[in-house]
Amino acid sequence: MNFPANLKYTKDHEWIRIDGGFGWIGITDYAQSELGDIVFVELPAVGAKLEQGKTFGTIEAVKAVSDLYAPMSGEVVEINKEVQDSPEVVNKEPYERGWMIKVKIANSAELSSLLDADSYKKLIGK
Amino acid sequence: MFPYEENFQSRHLGVGEADLQKMLNTIGVSSLDELIDQTIPQRIRLRKPLEIPEGVGEFRFLRDLQSVAARNKVFKSYIGLGYYDTITPSVILRNVFQNPGWYTQYTPYQAEIAQGRLEALLNFQTMVIDLTKLDVANASLLDEGTAAAEAMSMLFGLAQKSTNGQPANKFFVSETCFPQTIDILKTRALPVGIELVLGNHEKARLDRSFFGAIVQYPAEHGAVYDFRSFINHTHEVGAKVVVAADLLSLALLTPPGEFGADVAVGSTQRFGVPLGYGGPHAAYFATRNEFIRQMPGRIIGVSVDAQNNRAYRMTLQTREQHIRREKATSNICTAQALLAIMAGMYAVYHGPQGIKRIASGIHASAKALANMLKELGYTQLNEVYFDTLNIRSPVPTSKIRPIAERSGINFRYIDDKHFGISVDEATLPHDLEAIVRVCAEASGKSMPAFSLEKEIRITDVGYPPPHQRTSDYLQHPVFNQYHSETEMMRYIKMLENKDLSLTHSMIPLGSCTMKLNAATELFPVSWKEFANIHPFVPQDQIEGYRQVFSELESFLCEITGLHACSLQPNSGAQGEFAGLLVIRAYHQDRGEGKRNVALIPSSAHGTNPASAVMAGYKVVVVKCDDMGNIDVDDLRRKAEEHKNDLAALMVTYPSTHGVFEEAIQDMCDIVHKYGGLVYMDGANLNAQVGLTSPGVIGADVCHINLHKTFSIPHGGGGPGMGPICVAKNLAPYLPGHPLVKTGGEKAIHAVSAAPWGSPSILLISYAYIKMLGGKGITEATRYAILNANYLKARLESHYPVLYQGEKGRVAHEFILDPRELKATTGVDVEDIAKRLMDYGFHAPTVSFPVPGTLMIEPTESESKAELDRFADSLIAIRKEIKEIEDGKSSKEDNVLKNAPHTAQAALSEAWNRPYSRYKAVYPLGFVRQNKFWPSVGRINNSYGDRNIVCSCPPIEAYVEEEI
Repeated sequence: MNFPANLKYTKDHEWIRIDGGFGWIGITDYAQSELGDIVFVELPAVGAKLEQGKTFGTIEAVKAVSDLYAPMSGEVVEINKEVQDSPEVVNKEPYERGWMIKVKIANSAELSSLLDADSYKKLIGK
Repeated sequence: MFPYEENFQSRHLGVGEADLQKMLNTIGVSSLDELIDQTIPQRIRLRKPLEIPEGVGEFRFLRDLQSVAARNKVFKSYIGLGYYDTITPSVILRNVFQNPGWYTQYTPYQAEIAQGRLEALLNFQTMVIDLTKLDVANASLLDEGTAAAEAMSMLFGLAQKSTNGQPANKFFVSETCFPQTIDILKTRALPVGIELVLGNHEKARLDRSFFGAIVQYPAEHGAVYDFRSFINHTHEVGAKVVVAADLLSLALLTPPGEFGADVAVGSTQRFGVPLGYGGPHAAYFATRNEFIRQMPGRIIGVSVDAQNNRAYRMTLQTREQHIRREKATSNICTAQALLAIMAGMYAVYHGPQGIKRIASGIHASAKALANMLKELGYTQLNEVYFDTLNIRSPVPTSKIRPIAERSGINFRYIDDKHFGISVDEATLPHDLEAIVRVCAEASGKSMPAFSLEKEIRITDVGYPPPHQRTSDYLQHPVFNQYHSETEMMRYIKMLENKDLSLTHSMIPLGSCTMKLNAATELFPVSWKEFANIHPFVPQDQIEGYRQVFSELESFLCEITGLHACSLQPNSGAQGEFAGLLVIRAYHQDRGEGKRNVALIPSSAHGTNPASAVMAGYKVVVVKCDDMGNIDVDDLRRKAEEHKNDLAALMVTYPSTHGVFEEAIQDMCDIVHKYGGLVYMDGANLNAQVGLTSPGVIGADVCHINLHKTFSIPHGGGGPGMGPICVAKNLAPYLPGHPLVKTGGEKAIHAVSAAPWGSPSILLISYAYIKMLGGKGITEATRYAILNANYLKARLESHYPVLYQGEKGRVAHEFILDPRELKATTGVDVEDIAKRLMDYGFHAPTVSFPVPGTLMIEPTESESKAELDRFADSLIAIRKEIKEIEDGKSSKEDNVLKNAPHTAQAALSEAWNRPYSRYKAVYPLGFVRQNKFWPSVGRINNSYGDRNIVCSCPPIEAYVEEEI
């Protein structure tokens, strides 16, 4: 299982990639494998305000459903249409094509509360 | 009982004297008493036998019941209000309603061996979609009233989702909705903070504080309104509209989907399902595509199997309580599958022309009747109507009523000047004549001269715009090719043959109690004295039913050790909801309305948290320990923490893990100490009857799944019944009904549309208890525990057993844990479940209460021979897994991963499996004697959830397949 070192992680199994004041958010390889075949991703509308730790959507597999929690606060500037049309990309490429939303980061200080790849791996016992 | 009389107990129990000793030896006990002593903690055992009379033989029971039935008066009822006499086509009555091949199946979770009823339910959904002209429909709800409440609840949920901050919380209810529907809306609205605003839709001015509205079509007194401007107005303020519609009327009237409805609900009873004094019948629920993920209830969808053939399954299960728990859109679990199947079959048999003929006949009869009554001075007030006349009488209705009743006729008496007449499919010309005769006599006039042939003009049934339906319906081939009885009989049989039911083999589902549904228990359901009675007839016409209710209530109180009973709830989940509302009413009445916390163990059935949320409770989860028992310390901590707002504990006993927890009384004491009451989920009551009881363990309320413990068949996902029994202090709050006096003196609002839920199937449980008697139902419990422990003894050296009691015994069910095999062999519980199909068995429960395990409940009705076949099969499967462990079989391409094997796959030219065809389909000797062929291969679940199709696939899909 792969946990790229350039991402930050939450204990709820989301990742965020920061680049120039924006963050790309998705779920981890571990999360997708625990959920199984993902069939539906419900995402907020562009313009929605996220608050760190609060839910911003849901993800459904055949026999499981889970809330999505915002790794950091910010405003949604883009959503990935591809995961809505073909949710299986989250299973196939959780960190690349399976990203879900792009947000304009509101408070970069929140970054320090997130886990790095090693701490996340420890959390899930990998 | 006379010694020469036949004893029903020996028919109900699967194990005879000869096998008993062998089974006890295998278990390692000397007697059944010893086994029971080791299983059920001494301190909760009943000290004396149940005070329920000795059982009677089947013949004597039926003869006795005939005299009870004779106390019901079967009148012609024209009362309407959502219930109408109907003609059940004999081919459906005989081949579906009275056929164990249709009524004994379980809910179609194992879709590969349930394609028949899945297709039948898809027909039902297609029929509803066509007639309402909405995009999607579910596979039934419990009744029209609760379907309306589900619609309100769904729209409220959507409103909460779409608004940040203060969501709209008002729901407009047209005062012309059926009274029972309005009452149920109240029941559902109050606990979750919805404000109902009752009014006239023509005068209503809604604003942004409303999230929705409901209207009745045709309305309570029969008027058909044009709702377009009301709906436009409602949409303008951002609210959505539910139309409660008579499905049959939509064959003639503009359907709700064409005038802007967002949701349509209603009953499908008049599609050939007997009245049964109120139920069971299937309600429908249809809505727009965009709301499908919020739609309550089971939805049948289309997918493909491993060979890419079309296959059906239940889709979007993530909406449901068993997955989403307290976040579910509804607590609905058991629905009305069998009745939905009947209604769908009615549409298949009649087709679009037949349905139109029936609807036209009804409307033409109503028109003719109005004309004839006019001559006698009776004025019909509805401008536009379908089947229901709203009549202003020239004489007081109190004068009409005795004459009508003397003639065996019930009208709907609105007040002293007005009465209603709802004509139905079973109203023949001479029935109309009888109605006219009553009205003539009441008004002191002579019978008018008329010719019925002239009066009933079926060709003359058009409506003025915008009421006339112009769109077609039921165009799919399935509704257009089975119109002769021969074709219909074969279609029903073809579907039946795809389904595994109790007619084939045991269905060992944990917590579902798939016991015998004896033919004698089922017979009376079809008797006209029970089947052909409208739920709102005067009470002096149902003395037979009242006797059955009163005896059954006293039996259930005796069995549960509680004080009073309500037979109203139509399912276990609805019983939970009712019970929790009763607890809430009790706290409120004592000035403790702030108590709103429900403690629920993590092992609870998903309906528990879902019901608690619906009843306005806050769910606090209590942990379980490593042994699967409720963590008593955690319970104590949380009860104390919430001592000021603790309302109830919801607990299943014996536990959902199949164990009699020793500490149950302590747990109940803790909850009582902190001011809470104990709700016991009765799903596992089959392990208690006659040996212990909810009353003894300390419960204040419990529901009883009559479709589990008391022999009502599962019907492939309903009907069911979930009466509740309560302690004395809660009796005043038992649910009431707006039209018929039921419940306590401080009754909560109705939870079901009919006062006694689904009375006709109460007869099944009544028969079960009468024929087995107090001793027999206790023996049933003992044998259920025997069978479970026997299977455990046979299987425990092959698979780990997850939880057991302190003395190594299990209750009436137990859990096998194959999870560790996954890492070494890749085999998971799904593979075992599907492979069992090749052996001719339905899998045990596989995803509850512990995902990835098998929960097995054999019930008392199975014989040693059947238990052995099942055990042999699981042992043989373990050997097949061992072949993978030993490297003799491939991890990817083996009998388990490729299961189930269809005849088509096994006989294909291109067989290229690394094992033989014979091993695939005849894995054990006994299978050759009685092979059940799964009709499709492993179904692709994710494909179905990603590509949602919930109606019969278009005609092109069939053509493609033929190529």
